[in-house]
Amino acid sequence: MGFVSRGFRGKRRDTATSGRLPPGQYLVNDYPVLSAGPTPRPDLDKWTFSITGEIDKPKTWTWKEFLALPTENVTKDIHCVTKWSKFDTMWKGVSVDLLFEGVETAAEYTTQVSFGGYTTNLPLEDLMEGKAWIVYEYDGQPLPPEHGGPARMLVPHLYFWKSAKWIKEIRLDKEQQPGFWETNGYHIYGDPWREQRYWGD
Amino acid sequence: MGVISAAPLRWQQAELVELMRETPRVSTLSFNVMNWPGHLAGQHVDVRLTAEDGYEAERSYSIASPPEQRSVALTIERLDDGEVSPYLVGELKIGDKIELRGPIGGYFVWRAGDDRPLLLVAGGSGVVPLMAMLRHRATVSHKSPARLLLSSRTFGDIIYREELDRLVAANDGLSVFSTLTREKPSGWKGYTRRIDAEMVRDVAWPKAQTPAVFVCGPTPFVESAANLLVGFGYDPLWVKTERFGATGTPGG
Repeated sequence: MGFVSRGFRGKRRDTATSGRLPPGQYLVNDYPVLSAGPTPRPDLDKWTFSITGEIDKPKTWTWKEFLALPTENVTKDIHCVTKWSKFDTMWKGVSVDLLFEGVETAAEYTTQVSFGGYTTNLPLEDLMEGKAWIVYEYDGQPLPPEHGGPARMLVPHLYFWKSAKWIKEIRLDKEQQPGFWETNGYHIYGDPWREQRYWGD
Repeated sequence: MGVISAAPLRWQQAELVELMRETPRVSTLSFNVMNWPGHLAGQHVDVRLTAEDGYEAERSYSIASPPEQRSVALTIERLDDGEVSPYLVGELKIGDKIELRGPIGGYFVWRAGDDRPLLLVAGGSGVVPLMAMLRHRATVSHKSPARLLLSSRTFGDIIYREELDRLVAANDGLSVFSTLTREKPSGWKGYTRRIDAEMVRDVAWPKAQTPAVFVCGPTPFVESAANLLVGFGYDPLWVKTERFGATGTPGG
């Protein structure tokens, strides 16, 4: 407590943005890319999105069917666990609420599964009631592959690794199953406002 | 030592004990950390700076030192418009303290017991976590063969150049391939272009050898290198990437 870095002043931000920045984050204007491996490039002819797991009959959409779904335009602040935040990012996609219409499940947890094998886990309630989307446009343009195109999750209230790129499947789980980063030292839930970056935070 | 612990990663004070300039923009800072739990080659730390009025700034930096070394070395590129790196590389003096916590990350790590041929591909300061792997490799007796492809802007920007020469001279199965993207010095024997398919064919282990691959650097470099390796026939699951040089891990 009370530690001071000699001579450090830092770059102060205007107070208008400070309340929007979670602890330990800094604001960027560009859009950094981070992923654990090469960028997958799923073929749109074979692309599907499915809801699987604890559900009587899995729901699946082809790319064409997915594009025909009603869309929402959302503008959100996003926060990466590597400490950058970006304000007012603009997306177009489909609300997860809409995708889950008619789904009955006893599951309380979910795993997002990506083309390329990436996984990340979340409680189901964090995907419901206007908190999550599957987006395929960023800033008015098709989502580039390195940012998760053709379609990625957007769950902006949590650190951005909880928004899987190249989404293929949301699996409904009875038990919480840690995903890729969650088994590699990162927090099981990942709330940026409580700075839940790593195990034990 | 060096296991991934589920215990909370606490902030602790770290004293700067050694400062070494690597290139005009890059320095290595070695810290004495009282209760360092040990780390794996490839992991990183979070650094926190606090101003007198309590204002804080945090960043992540890759660890350059091998698990075998007592002090924790960070090799940091000074970004002129940065908030933290100009303080660490420029302001911080021997005996000064910062706060850090770690080690962090259980994915982009390499252990010397891994028998697969090792392929390391670095752009600029992306070489830092890969150097921890090569330094780790240098300490063990049974070594898997290793190759490093290092892309730098100019000759003067090559980080760890002399140490890499020494490691190669040890003749223990390490080869280093260098390319310069903005300079063609006279007498230079390496490549002088951006990484491309032909370079990958020259440098990469044949896919039949199922190598362990680590790629680190700025996003466009990593995108390009990883795509080339997949195009060369590597299984994407062999290729671990870390984008943005000194900053590692999951996210955007």
